[in-house]
Amino acid sequence: MSRFAPAGLDELRDAIGEALAVEEPLEVVAGGSKRGLGRPLQLPRMLDLSRLAGIRDYQPSELVLSAGAATPIEDIDAALTDAGQMLAFEPPDLGALFDLPASVGGRRTLGGVLACNLSGPRRIKSGAARDHFLGFRGVSGRGEVFKAGGKVVKNVTGYDLCKLMAGSFGTLAALEEVTVKVLPQPEAISTVMLWGLDALAAVPILNRALASPHEVSGAVYLPAPSTAGLMSLSGSSAVAALRIEGPNPSVTFRRERLLAELGSGCEAGSLDDEASISFWRAVRDVLPLAGSGDRVIWRVSVAPSRGGELGEAIARRLDTSWYLDWAGGVVWAAIAGAEDGGAAVIRDAIRGADGRGTGHATLIKGSPELRRSVPVFEPQPPPLTALVRRIKESFDPRRILNPGRMVDGF
Amino acid sequence: MRMPAPDATVIERRADIVEALRGIVPGEGVIVSEAERRVYESDGLTAYRQLPLVVVLPSTVEQVAAVLRYCKEIGTKVVPRGAGTSLSGGALPLADGVLLGMAKFSRILEIDYENRCAVVQPGVTNLAISKAVEHAGFYYAPDPSSQIACTIGGNVAENSGGVHCLKYGLTTNNILGIEMVLMNGEIIRLGGKHLDAENYDVLGVMTGSEGLLGVVTEVTVRILPRPTTARALLVGFPTTEDAANCVAAVIGAGIIPAGMEMMDRPAIHAAEAFVKVGYPLNVEALLIVELDGAPAEVDHLIEKVEAIARHHNATTIQPSRDETERLAFWSGRKAAFPAVGRISPDYYCMDGTIPRARLAEVLTRMRTMSEQYRLAVANVFHAGDGNLHPLILYDANKPGEVERAEAFGADILKLCVEVGGVLTGEHGVGVEKRDLMGTMFDDCDLAHQQRLKCAFDPDGLLNPGKVFPQLHRCAELGRIHVHAGRLPFPDLPRF
Repeated sequence: MSRFAPAGLDELRDAIGEALAVEEPLEVVAGGSKRGLGRPLQLPRMLDLSRLAGIRDYQPSELVLSAGAATPIEDIDAALTDAGQMLAFEPPDLGALFDLPASVGGRRTLGGVLACNLSGPRRIKSGAARDHFLGFRGVSGRGEVFKAGGKVVKNVTGYDLCKLMAGSFGTLAALEEVTVKVLPQPEAISTVMLWGLDALAAVPILNRALASPHEVSGAVYLPAPSTAGLMSLSGSSAVAALRIEGPNPSVTFRRERLLAELGSGCEAGSLDDEASISFWRAVRDVLPLAGSGDRVIWRVSVAPSRGGELGEAIARRLDTSWYLDWAGGVVWAAIAGAEDGGAAVIRDAIRGADGRGTGHATLIKGSPELRRSVPVFEPQPPPLTALVRRIKESFDPRRILNPGRMVDGF
Repeated sequence: MRMPAPDATVIERRADIVEALRGIVPGEGVIVSEAERRVYESDGLTAYRQLPLVVVLPSTVEQVAAVLRYCKEIGTKVVPRGAGTSLSGGALPLADGVLLGMAKFSRILEIDYENRCAVVQPGVTNLAISKAVEHAGFYYAPDPSSQIACTIGGNVAENSGGVHCLKYGLTTNNILGIEMVLMNGEIIRLGGKHLDAENYDVLGVMTGSEGLLGVVTEVTVRILPRPTTARALLVGFPTTEDAANCVAAVIGAGIIPAGMEMMDRPAIHAAEAFVKVGYPLNVEALLIVELDGAPAEVDHLIEKVEAIARHHNATTIQPSRDETERLAFWSGRKAAFPAVGRISPDYYCMDGTIPRARLAEVLTRMRTMSEQYRLAVANVFHAGDGNLHPLILYDANKPGEVERAEAFGADILKLCVEVGGVLTGEHGVGVEKRDLMGTMFDDCDLAHQQRLKCAFDPDGLLNPGKVFPQLHRCAELGRIHVHAGRLPFPDLPRF
């Protein structure tokens, strides 16, 4: 495989232009921490964006940061922390989940996180990566430089192509520079812990908390532990945890209110700032399921009220370790022993008994063979599949960028 | 403003088209008479008017699909319309186009408190959603100032904002799913009650696509619990620089207010004369800062913002003591447009966004332009997110003033782009800013956007003449130039 590592926009355009000319598709990589996510690729060329790094403009009072697409998240975090700010969507570090050595796992880049639209527990309050993606410049599969969006927090000029790039896994364009919205770090954090509830009891409680005015910014349910990762977070018992953030007096007030409103039917307590930070970082990084060996990892997005029953339904039919984030809106499941990795059971469970349930399952981690044979991303109805294909073709008509990464054939 | 030249052959076939549409939408859903079509001749941008060929008001998704399929078959253009409150001419009709009104889609289909969402038809007004869930302590967050009239379908098309979007986001951050119809009549559902897309975020790109990609027939919105308390702070400054620095300092201190609005001297005076709420008249800039949340949080933050304001030379600092007073503070700001309407026969509302650090400079240059164009300007400003609404005062009955106002407006928007901002923060491009797109995007940028349009609507029949300064055929846009079989880039670093 030949590797191309452009140092700037012109070289990036040339690298894609040449691949287009010789019709040799490119695998697009920056830090390489998420190569195991998506369908496996075996392409003649690798486009390594890692030299397109560095913060280019950061004005804390404008709440905007622009950086080379391959800027490591660590560098971004360091600059933001200095100014008391953060990426509010909490980009997860999936290194431990993927059993990557720290040297690779730690190489998350801003562009990579955006291209995979990865978000942490604060998704329910502050939005996903896509909601913080304000603008970009890059090179499409046509070998042409183009830009979209802007460098201000509020903009509706032209189509919102940032949304399209977020979650497109590098199949439409190689990003060279990205601009994101940043937000202040909270002054204080606390976590309300409710122990001993089963999933069907916990999910309505999590959702009651989110329906309260107490601005909950994390709502996770860890069942009675079946993994070491779960055990280290919740001890021996199931736990429903709620995060509250903000100015000190407000966090104290809201913690007490939540405990009073929700904590009567179970053992209840709270975590302080430090413990909260490490607890939610572990949730963010899917550590409850890290170290699961050969188990297949799925992320299932459904209406929050359905999360508990869905987790239990899957666990009844397959050897499953699982937990819920986003107040039940996402089920993380580690499955062993199923030939299709559990795809059929999980996707049937999403449709539900009446066939009308909505949601989607993404195969996050599995062997290359499995990721080749089972749709990694939820299959779509024919008119939508056709539309998605036409969108791909409009940016990358010769299928030069990451072909087959999301859907077989394009 | 030049629109695509009407196709005389389509206009000649008008009677046949009316007949066919009546076959799809029976009863009074097809509007033919000139007097009734007149209602639809313009939207909120009243400077531009055009009678549509015919108006059709379907009431089911199947009818929408059949209308679009029929129009595609006969090669006739379609302009979708919600309540017609667009300030950028997004719903401006075409002489040879069918106007597709969505007013009959006016039902709230489901409210799901457990999952904190509501499923509504696109013709439901923005405010009606909040009203429907108010009794349970919820609301729908985006609150464009036209919220009493504008519809959620139009909000999706325009990605509408409002005064609270710094903290709570625009439409795109507050919807979970839609059902839509493509120009070929295909019905597509995106999202649902769950988060994030399973593949490309088509919902994200549909939001704010100004009616050029598809017609929305159902929307699932997120609803939020209403904050326990909200208080506002009225702060007056001797200079706009002080006010701008204060805004930056509030955000620098880690505070994201629910709303942070600025008015300049002409806007303050016009508003005070209209609503008489006691705005200070001896200041150059007035800020309204609203904090919401738990009472302990709001009181704590009000004190912090007061201290910051004092540090930035504020001459008036007045926290609202109760809900009546908070609403009174807002009433002047919310009435700013009609208030300016009282002091001038006509006004033209602009909508650029700038980096806030450049505010004082932009206002100074705007004053110079105001002298050059001999037209007054009043400014209201979503200060938290840098979204500027200059109101240019003119009199359409005086020869040349309309043209001068338009030229002044265009210069303001070019200035926004020049200082690192954008043409539109929330009103959309429409026809109004269409010909300015070149100041922000080059031909290649625009071609990438137009190719996306081709993926949805290859014949360019849905709302043509909006957003893009030039129309291109999809076949022409799709051509690709490669140097086949050679290595044209010998200097490329290889490993």
